[in-house]
Amino acid sequence: MARLAMVIDTKKCVGCMDCVVACKTENNVPEHLDRDWLVYETRGKFPTLHMEIRSERCNHCDNPPCVYCCPTGASHVHDFGGVVLVDYDKCIGCKACLASCPYDARFINPNGYAEKCTFCIHRTEKGDDPACVAVCPTHCMYFGDIDDPNSEVSRLLASRNHHALLPAAGTKPQIYYLT
Amino acid sequence: MDVTLSRRRFLKISSAALGWSVAGGTLGKISPRASAANATNGGIETIPTYCDMCFWKCGAIAYKRNGKLWKIEGNPEDPLSRGRLCPRGTGGIGAHYDPDRLRAPLMRKGERGNEQWVQVTWDEALNFIADKMQQIKAEYGPEAVALFSHGIGGTFFKHTIKAYGSPNIAAPSFAQCRGPRDTGFNLTFGEGVSTPERTDIRHARCLTLIGSHLGENMHNTQVQEFSEAIQNGASIIVVDPRYSIAASKAKYYLPIKPGTDMALLLAWMNVIVNEELYDKAYVKKYGFGFEAFRAEIAPYTPEWAYPETTIEPDLIRATAREMAKHKPASLIHPGRHVTWYGDDAQRSRAIALLNALLGSWGRKGGFYSPVSMDVPSYPYPPYPPSEKGKVDNPHEKYPYAHGHGALTTGIRDATITGEPYPVKGWFVYATNLINALPNEKETIEAIQHLDLLVVIDVIPSEIAGWADVILPESVYLERYDELNVEWFRDPFIALRQPVVESPHNQKPNWWIAKKLAEKLGLSEYYPWNHIEEYLDYRLKHAGYSLAEIKKKGIITGAKQPIYFDEGVPDEFYTPSGKIEFYSLQLKEKGFDPVPKYTPPDPPPPGFYRLLYGRAPVHSFGRTQTNPLLADMMDENSVWIHVDIARRYGLKTGDTIRLKNQDGVLSNKVKVLATERIRTDCVYLVHGFGHKNKMLKRAYMKGASDAELITRYKIDPLMGGTGMNVNFVTFEMEA
Repeated sequence: MARLAMVIDTKKCVGCMDCVVACKTENNVPEHLDRDWLVYETRGKFPTLHMEIRSERCNHCDNPPCVYCCPTGASHVHDFGGVVLVDYDKCIGCKACLASCPYDARFINPNGYAEKCTFCIHRTEKGDDPACVAVCPTHCMYFGDIDDPNSEVSRLLASRNHHALLPAAGTKPQIYYLT
Repeated sequence: MDVTLSRRRFLKISSAALGWSVAGGTLGKISPRASAANATNGGIETIPTYCDMCFWKCGAIAYKRNGKLWKIEGNPEDPLSRGRLCPRGTGGIGAHYDPDRLRAPLMRKGERGNEQWVQVTWDEALNFIADKMQQIKAEYGPEAVALFSHGIGGTFFKHTIKAYGSPNIAAPSFAQCRGPRDTGFNLTFGEGVSTPERTDIRHARCLTLIGSHLGENMHNTQVQEFSEAIQNGASIIVVDPRYSIAASKAKYYLPIKPGTDMALLLAWMNVIVNEELYDKAYVKKYGFGFEAFRAEIAPYTPEWAYPETTIEPDLIRATAREMAKHKPASLIHPGRHVTWYGDDAQRSRAIALLNALLGSWGRKGGFYSPVSMDVPSYPYPPYPPSEKGKVDNPHEKYPYAHGHGALTTGIRDATITGEPYPVKGWFVYATNLINALPNEKETIEAIQHLDLLVVIDVIPSEIAGWADVILPESVYLERYDELNVEWFRDPFIALRQPVVESPHNQKPNWWIAKKLAEKLGLSEYYPWNHIEEYLDYRLKHAGYSLAEIKKKGIITGAKQPIYFDEGVPDEFYTPSGKIEFYSLQLKEKGFDPVPKYTPPDPPPPGFYRLLYGRAPVHSFGRTQTNPLLADMMDENSVWIHVDIARRYGLKTGDTIRLKNQDGVLSNKVKVLATERIRTDCVYLVHGFGHKNKMLKRAYMKGASDAELITRYKIDPLMGGTGMNVNFVTFEMEA
């Protein structure tokens, strides 16, 4: 069984938002709404500063509260790679999943259903990278199967320091940030 | 901790959001998988072209779905993009869908600058322009019409204006941007840096950036190579008053006092020479006047530079040793927009000299020698000779002002004074002169002296507001353009071709320029009927064809040597034939043969130096109405150090106005109180604060740095306008 994950090298990322623009055109995301976004986290006092730049999105958690709280079964874990998806036909737009997500990764589409990153499943099922990964001019994003120890993502996680977001939330997020 | 987010969360739950989906996607309740299936079956068509969202000209592939423009990706065959565009390129489809685009030719009614228009036909507009041009020619001669042009789209307007008889063709990319850099490098190595920069960032073991904010400045290949350099473990040294994105990647960050870069450069050279860390064999073989240079830089110790720059002597020494350790793969980046303080050509020369000490010119990881393919130009009749010559630089006042034709600001001066002869007509193609030239008052004053002002653009810029006639151009996705026969590390030819039709009555630049020439009785300069004939002629004479290049958008040539050790001749096109550490030609003309340091003027009490730069999602003031890019960033903020902000009782998100030393007040702008900047300066991203009402999405959003740049210092070597010499204070009553 594959477990799809994304590994993002914060050392290379310049925070240019190409991933955000590419997601919007690829997935026709409505104006003023985004499935992915950038965080620029600065610590220290000038000039002794440290900044981590992160491209963030749905973490496709192994322990996904959005799936557990969904009253209709619209939010579900897909059998392809453990990707968390929303079946828009089943979604009633109740926003329980928005409230449950510690990453604030979801929004309500103007047509009334919950929307978020799909790991570009229409591309990844065919073996392509998600649009954000494919477009990145710094090549800072990697996508693959972390159950395969020989995959690029597994090798990066084995060789580099990394962290995921809000591990204390217990959601087992599947976006990893190399530091 | 200081956390900045890219998206506007307050909008997130809003249900008022309109579908951005003009791109014709699948709206409605369809699962992601079903939607995908729809997409793949929905008649996808791909067309290669090259991008125009900035002037880097990346190869791209446009996707249409059900006949409508859907998305655009990098062309993997293209050496510039290598299959990946920057965010502006990815957002390029928004240029086609932008509701604020110019739609039809417009003629002014009422006073100039009142922004009241009558829609006219192309024939009416072009007849009016041609009649005015004939009157100007009869009364003042053809030189009285000048063209300001930016980008490859200006090719055919330049041709028409030259055929008409005027040599006064200028681009702000010289005197307001790269000119000083190329002058400084020319004086040193006998060649400039050009664009795309011949910087071998990819192979650099040490990369020094001085005010260059790669990552915010998104020139695609450079950012890709910057990332490669980071991946390869190169040492990054960043000099910037602002903790830029690049600074966050640096091993050494030097938070320099603005305007003192020359002092740092001299001190670095002093250390490298005194400690004998320079490439001795290279300097001995190629250098001219090294001993005189050594004597000139002897006083500039790190201890001397410390009070000027505020950079600790130990840090100056450590960084000098670091860059020397990695020579010759040690690149001091020459920058791009370098019109800062009026001594910019000499500062650029100092950067060139530092590179010369490290032996990086002509070497891997330094500056490569760009190559190109041979594509003959079209055989036009010769242009009529100009009796009067160019208007911009009388008596060669600026002896090195010969980069890209005429000086923009020189033409502006001549238009105001009528000296050395009157200028009565301006053509402005794809450059917003109100924002591009410093001190907009002078630009507006010059406009009062004109009999004709024509603006050709895709959006109604501020200069368009002053026009007599505005001509709406098709965006790059709707038109052919001149071939891009690039000088780069790999030789190639790229084609721009139409992907979709123009939505309204816009026309491609070649069509406008050709029609105008015909109305001026200059048909013999356009022997072809359609640009396809022109492109096919050029390509056939290079051994290819239009039909061939249309398929992939790119034709690549064979690899050629690009470094000295690969066989590039180690020649320098300077008077001595060597790298000129000491410049006799500068000395003869009364300039410093080795660069010297002049301290910058200090800010008046209570004022802060105004610095400006780029955001990765915008190009100049040209993209703020692009719906996709405006969605990424729709206004700028003024960066103020947290301690200064606190002193004024300001916090992030507060709204203020900036007032400059001459009392000019900016539009309202939000405060970003941040640790990421020095306490003696503030920073704005350029291109916001638009004042043309036709730019509905961008109107009055954020503040315009350009409007606050009322003062400028002219570079005595080449006439560039140093613009980082303005100071602002804060007006609370927003």
